[in-house]
Amino acid sequence: MKNTYSRRSFLKVSALSGGGMMLGFNWFAKDIKAANLAPGGLNVDPEWVQVNGYIKITADNRVTIMAPNPEFGQNVKTSLPMIVAEELDVDWKAVVVEQAPYNTSLYVRQFAGGSQSVRTTWKPLRAAGATARQMLREAAAQTWNVPVEEVSTKAGNLYHEKSGKSATYGDLAAKAATMPVPTDAPLKPVKDFKIVRSSQKNVDGVNIVTGKSLFGLDYRAPGMLIAMIQHPPAFGLKLKSLDAGRSRKMPGIKDVFTITVFPEGYERAAFDTRTFNELVVVVGNSTWEVMNARKKLNIEWEPITETKETVNAWGRKREELIPAGLESSEAHLNKMLEMAQKPATQLRKDGDPESAFQNAARIVERTYTAPFLAHNTMEPMNCFAHVTETEALFVTPLQAPEFAEKTLAKRLELPVEKIDIQMTRMGGGFGRRAYPHYMVEAALISRQVKAPVKLVYTREDDMTYGIYRPAYTATYRAALDAANNLTGFHVKGGGIPEHAVHANRFPAGAVDNYLAEGWEIPSNITIGAFRAPRSNFIAAAEQSFLDELAEVMGKDPIDFRLELLKRAKENPVGTANDYDADRYAGVLKLVKEKSNWGSPEKSGLHRGVAAYFCHNSYAAHVIDMTMKDGQPAVENVYSAVDCGIVINPDAAANMVEGAVIDGIGNALYGALTLKDGVPEQNNFNSYRIIRHNEIPRHIEVHFVENDIDPTGLGEPPFPPVFGALANALYRATGKRYYRQPFSKEL
Amino acid sequence: MAKFNLKINGKTRQVDVDPSTPILWVLRDHLDLQGTKYGCGIALCGACTVHLDGMAVRACQLPVSAVKKQEITTIEGLSETGDHPVQQAWLEHDVAQCGYCQAGQIMSAVALLKNNPNPGDADIEAYMSGNICRCGTYARIKAAIKTAANK
Ligand code: FES
Ligand code: FES
Repeated sequence: MKNTYSRRSFLKVSALSGGGMMLGFNWFAKDIKAANLAPGGLNVDPEWVQVNGYIKITADNRVTIMAPNPEFGQNVKTSLPMIVAEELDVDWKAVVVEQAPYNTSLYVRQFAGGSQSVRTTWKPLRAAGATARQMLREAAAQTWNVPVEEVSTKAGNLYHEKSGKSATYGDLAAKAATMPVPTDAPLKPVKDFKIVRSSQKNVDGVNIVTGKSLFGLDYRAPGMLIAMIQHPPAFGLKLKSLDAGRSRKMPGIKDVFTITVFPEGYERAAFDTRTFNELVVVVGNSTWEVMNARKKLNIEWEPITETKETVNAWGRKREELIPAGLESSEAHLNKMLEMAQKPATQLRKDGDPESAFQNAARIVERTYTAPFLAHNTMEPMNCFAHVTETEALFVTPLQAPEFAEKTLAKRLELPVEKIDIQMTRMGGGFGRRAYPHYMVEAALISRQVKAPVKLVYTREDDMTYGIYRPAYTATYRAALDAANNLTGFHVKGGGIPEHAVHANRFPAGAVDNYLAEGWEIPSNITIGAFRAPRSNFIAAAEQSFLDELAEVMGKDPIDFRLELLKRAKENPVGTANDYDADRYAGVLKLVKEKSNWGSPEKSGLHRGVAAYFCHNSYAAHVIDMTMKDGQPAVENVYSAVDCGIVINPDAAANMVEGAVIDGIGNALYGALTLKDGVPEQNNFNSYRIIRHNEIPRHIEVHFVENDIDPTGLGEPPFPPVFGALANALYRATGKRYYRQPFSKEL
Repeated sequence: MAKFNLKINGKTRQVDVDPSTPILWVLRDHLDLQGTKYGCGIALCGACTVHLDGMAVRACQLPVSAVKKQEITTIEGLSETGDHPVQQAWLEHDVAQCGYCQAGQIMSAVALLKNNPNPGDADIEAYMSGNICRCGTYARIKAAIKTAANK
């Protein structure tokens, strides 16, 4: 919907028909800096955009809180309303949560990604709840003719202790709606939290276990047709000719045609990843009929030619080279290892690393690699679209409706007011659903057949039409002097088509002479965000290297990291270091304590440790492995996480357990390989996903307890799992693991 | 096309479809029963698990013509409101993340418990290994199955 910001105060109140109040508020301050609240109070910044997620309180005291963000298992549909309920001071069990529609005039930042949902909404949500509560108190004070300071609240009720008067929120909601909106509503001290920091069940729990239609693929509309696409069998190929004669004659088939996702010369936005530009489409009455008709297509493909495309990433334009050719993973690996030996672009330099390495008594150098990964969300890509020449409706699982809306408006040549996007629950995302190409496809198909259409990807389509995690490599070098001091550190990373080096991340800041470099190889394989982009590889490489380095230096791997962090804290090198050394050390200390690190290892247990900082939070894991019939198995995982205040501890633990299992699975098995442009995996028979019998026997999740504002959780625990696993595998098998997936090296 | 009378969740439903159509798509496209999910189409993920006379089967690999008199039970037929002991155990352990795989996981778990009312870790792992959860909720699923076994 049309963005109709106006610069007014961020809260707006209105009466509900039938009595009651509706408080609109901006869930997401447009600029998080504007959302800074004075300690203990609320400063309404006049720049805040207008209104309007809402809290509704009816005369019979029913409280509804809207959940604005896309839900893909990170549980924000529960945790965000909990924050409002806390400050509003209502009984959580009595709150009804509704999924908000996508609407940029009502909400800003309706986005799932970057572990940002809680972090960016924390302050605005608290302010919204606190403001409504304050208005209810004012209404009570006026009604009872008592000072507002004497009106207290508890679980949706108002009290005046001296006179013994009381009322429900519902009783006074209509009056509260007539109160001026306060700008100084007091916030609860963190220590008084009752809902936040308590474990609350998923508000969609019953819907999930009873199989309700929650997901995009479940959506149906009267007159809806089913569509499938046929994309080239290989990256580097495009459509040459189509003979649809046999398919068209199949039962239930309405039409077969081609679409062009983005026309020639189209200036793409950052998330308009264009994998296969011209697609063959089969449309019919039912999924099975369309699947069968698609098999009868007679298509000739031909090689693509090299192209240069302009990508406009939020105003910053860059040229992207898409080379011709049929690429293979084996050639990729060789090319990466070759590039690793060549000079690269300097990303950061401290001190004099060249001399440090020249004068070193000893140099340790190791190279790590990892393949492309497919997201493999359990629910494949799909989109319902009903698009005419003048308007467009979408019902679809997606992470980034704001990106999608812009792309659709441009590609369909429709004003944004005419585009309606309804977000369903997502059967997984992991980054994949931030790329709206499947919505463009559904839209073009619906327009062509002049009917509502649901575009459905099969598992094979989903896996072979990828926006993969890039293939990466990184070479680490450490210089040690004669006294075994770490005098120089060098990371050089590369990838297809991007590297994964975070130049300002630990151990930058902890070593006097430091060099970070990166290089890239262009490719026609499309890549994109995958749970903790870049970090998911570089953490594995770096944390494996630090483990090996500690061993070479004769140090305990945790103590070695703590020493470096102490240096980074007390006497940091450089100023751009992006981590907080104390919080980083905090998770290491917590995992050390909880895992009984350093106590004599129980017989048969082999332990590895790793830690990492990304997406504003800190995580460390200790993994215990056993060897069973010559095969390593994960016995225990101890996780320590610092993500600030934890909103919903049990759900947060679930997320960390999931990250641990996802990490172990991807580290051991994850690989999307190509041969002559053809993905060699296309379903779960060739792409191995971790299963029930392969998970750790015991996962223990611990959170650092502090009062720091929440900093995000979906991604941070994921990257260090790879390193902890590699290090535990080394202890179990006596062999270091440099190449993912590790199962191939066992 | 051919007509089939199917016994689903205690009711008889008639569909007119190609005999090769998998039950998964009959349920989803023709009978408006969306609880049974599509994940792989080749019996490798378990998202489409339903019961055929109480036995767990993968609906994506079961052509409608192969179902004769057998009774099909889908997640919608397990209970009206989620009060089946296995569903209750799922809620108690707050198992779901994205939730997409969970209908299939629950249908497999119910079938497991029917044959083995008190499964150990190894039994659960062996039986449940056909059900993928991409979000990694396996540990909670296992705990929920044990809770349900004790109900
Ligand atoms: S969809 Fe049937 S097992 Fe995967
Ligand atoms: S909960 Fe997401 S796939 Fe299982």
